[in-house]
Amino acid sequence: MSAVASCRAASWLEASARARVAGLLDQGSFVEFLGPEQRAMSPHLRQFDLPRAFDDGVVVGRGLLGGVRVFVAAQEGRFMGGTFGEVSGAKIVGLLRAARDRAAPSPPDAVLLLLDTGGVRLQEANAGELAVSEIIRAIAELRHAGLPVIALVGGRAGAFGGGGIIAACCTALVISQHGRTSVSGPEVIETNKGVEEFDSKDRALVWRITGGRTRILSGAADRYVRDEIAAFRDAAIALAGLTPPPFACETLRAAQTRLVARRERNGACRDATELWAGDGIDEPDQVPDLTEDAFIALLSARSAQHDRR
Amino acid sequence: MESFTLTHPAATPLAGAGRQAIVGVVASGNLEVLAERTAQPDLCVVEISTAADGFGEIWRAVILDFVERAAPGGVRFSINDGGARPDTVLLRLMQAARALQDATN
Repeated sequence: MSAVASCRAASWLEASARARVAGLLDQGSFVEFLGPEQRAMSPHLRQFDLPRAFDDGVVVGRGLLGGVRVFVAAQEGRFMGGTFGEVSGAKIVGLLRAARDRAAPSPPDAVLLLLDTGGVRLQEANAGELAVSEIIRAIAELRHAGLPVIALVGGRAGAFGGGGIIAACCTALVISQHGRTSVSGPEVIETNKGVEEFDSKDRALVWRITGGRTRILSGAADRYVRDEIAAFRDAAIALAGLTPPPFACETLRAAQTRLVARRERNGACRDATELWAGDGIDEPDQVPDLTEDAFIALLSARSAQHDRR
Repeated sequence: MESFTLTHPAATPLAGAGRQAIVGVVASGNLEVLAERTAQPDLCVVEISTAADGFGEIWRAVILDFVERAAPGGVRFSINDGGARPDTVLLRLMQAARALQDATN
């Protein structure tokens, strides 16, 4: 088995940002921008006596995905929680703007964001917040130009804080069982609202509320995949080949209408199992414990519910 | 944080033609190693930036052991360390030397 083949069979959750990019794209096609040898590191972490990373925890570049030219950004969730700092944020902003400007020599036809982040890096929070805003603006510009921007979430850090908002702004979101998306993370909710509101140490609860299965069933994610790099690749290839919905007022109004209806329908629910029961799923308590095969079968038996975008 | 550079004579240049390779990740108990073929062919240079202060002697022993095992002449290894144990450091250095040897860049 070649190195790349074994890379693709590998777990997305366990893989590094670099391994994910290598396995996601066509073999050997990745060209990194501002690689680690450039040593574009955080100018702030030293002041906090914290170690830096040569790529500031973000890998950006271009490559081919099933023959389609793409730009890709991947966060390393294990370095500082995959956070948006001044440099790591600017790398993603720069990549998205280059995609918007159809930069030579390989103007992309899609953009992939491999999010693995707890949100803004607190040690450089102002720069990080600005970066999140600039990323959202750049995604809006890319969508307006008709380019698909696909978020892939299945890492340990999930996509929280600004990362959760960014995931929701993309044309499509691919998620695995381990992937989580939200804005306020479990610890933040517990700190602000008390353990009775949300027990962040109850891992089953955390995944029932924020995890991939909940997100795909509620329509907040578009594709649910196994925790394999190859599965993320197949989903990304399929989505990159679709024409995204027009990024126009009527699309946004329709999304808003669906979200308001969802809130009215589910606003009183205290747990995801109540959502699923209301959604007509048999034995909703069993959903978190289903095998991947059984859960994917459950998904394919349901009619497509496009509750987003 | 502590930073220091160790330079050792290396018996032979590292095999292969790859220009650079990076392995590992900066996290608690882990480290990243960037290997670049930018040192003199008869030298191995290791630049260390570590979150754990006061372990210079152990770093010196691990790097000496590594240079004797791998003979990585001509290579500059740059390390960002999040407080990895010595065995992890040695494994990452060996991994970086191998990755550079096999690199096609």
